[in-house]
Order: sequence, then C-alpha cells, then structure tokens
Amino acid sequence: MPEQTQLLFIHTSAPHGTINAQEGLDALLMGSAFADCTALFLGEGILQLLSEQDTSQIGQKNFSRTFGALADYGVSKIYCSEEHLDKFGLSVSDLVIDVEALGNDEIAEMIANSEAILNF
Amino acid sequence: MKFSIVIQGAPYSSQAPLTAIYFARALLEQGHEIVRVFFYQDGVHCGNTAIAPPQDEPDIRKMWSEFAGENDVELIVCIASALRRGVLDNAEADRYEKSSASLDSAFTISGLGQLIDAGLNSDRLVTFGA
Repeated sequence: MPEQTQLLFIHTSAPHGTINAQEGLDALLMGSAFADCTALFLGEGILQLLSEQDTSQIGQKNFSRTFGALADYGVSKIYCSEEHLDKFGLSVSDLVIDVEALGNDEIAEMIANSEAILNF
Repeated sequence: MKFSIVIQGAPYSSQAPLTAIYFARALLEQGHEIVRVFFYQDGVHCGNTAIAPPQDEPDIRKMWSEFAGENDVELIVCIASALRRGVLDNAEADRYEKSSASLDSAFTISGLGQLIDAGLNSDRLVTFGA
C-alpha cells in the first residue's frame, strides 16, 4: 500500500501534443528538491512513460529520458493506474522506468492521504 | 485557512484565470489568507502587458494586477514558462536582448520552487488548469 506523501503529482496529459506533460515533469523534479514527492500517472499520462519514444520527426524534445533521472532525485514512489494501463494494452514492462500499477481503491486512498496535489 | 492558487490556463483561451480571480476574491471576502498566486504554463500570459483585449471583454491582467495591489497578494510567474512565451520583465528583456519587457510590474518572475513552497506552506493548494 502506498505510504503517505507530502506532494502528489498527478500526470494525466499525453506526452507531446501539448507542453503540459513536460512542464509537469519539471515541476516534479523541482518538488523533489524540497519535499517527499509521489508521482501518479493516469489516463493518457501513462503514455509519457512509454519506452523507445522517437520524437525526431515532430520537433519535440524526447523528455521521456528524463524519467530515468527521478531515482537520482530521490523520487522512488512512482505509480500508475492498472485499469488505464490495461485500456492502452500496455504492461509495466513497456515503460521506461519501474512503475507500480495500482487499483482504483489504492489510488483513491493515495489521493486522500496526500497533503497537497499538483495536477498536470 | 491559508490558500495558494495555481493558474495553468491562458487568459482568453481558458476560463481558468477568470474563475481563479473570482475564487480569490471570495476567499478574502470570507476571511481566508492567500499565501501566493502562481502562474505556470500558459497562465503566465495573465501578466502580459502586450495583450490588448477588446473593450467589451474583461482586462484580465489588470484585474489580477489591481487585486494584488489592493490586497497585498503575491503574484509569481514561473521563469521557465514565461521565457518560452515571451513574458519578460526588464531584467530578462535586457539579458536576452529583447526590444521590450512585457510583464506587468505587479507580477514577479521566480522559479518553480515558489510553487512547491506554496504547496508545502498552505492549507490548500487549488489548481485552475487549462
């Protein structure tokens, strides 16, 4: 069961169509310098974590590589929705970092136990 | 209760900046404290003096600017978001050799740390997304 966290970052945006995902990751990295942070990926936000992304033809930065740095920043609590992962036909092995898939009850509990939530 | 507000939507494209100021006014009317208003992503355009809205539409920059002046509320604009979007104070305009600054003086450019600090030091952090 996920422990209590100071800051919960909820990422729901697909990776490259808008800058939302990238600026959400920036905020998470900054947050990790100040507080105990947890990242939760829901809906299209899960697609940010897909491995082997190639953005060379769309003029966007492939920031998925940056997720690998989260461990160095001390962010180890990284979760996604099991149900949403299933909807995309994905499993955690398709993702660029280690992510724990959670059921809806656990996600609800995590949200309830967070001191502050930032949505991206 | 201590509140902080995050605005991520652009004025005139998103309802977020207007809903947020109505919320902010209601907070003070009810005796709450606003620790900080943080403008992130497209929200930084709330401080953009180059925006000239039609006369029959609200002047959103002015609304925030006057609200901050009258109530001594801190308005912080994320530097990374602002630079990407051409919202510059005098120091940044000089640094990047741009012809003019575009940030209302009621707003202050600072870093994402101010957002994290707001989350940690407020009872409630309320986000108005795009």
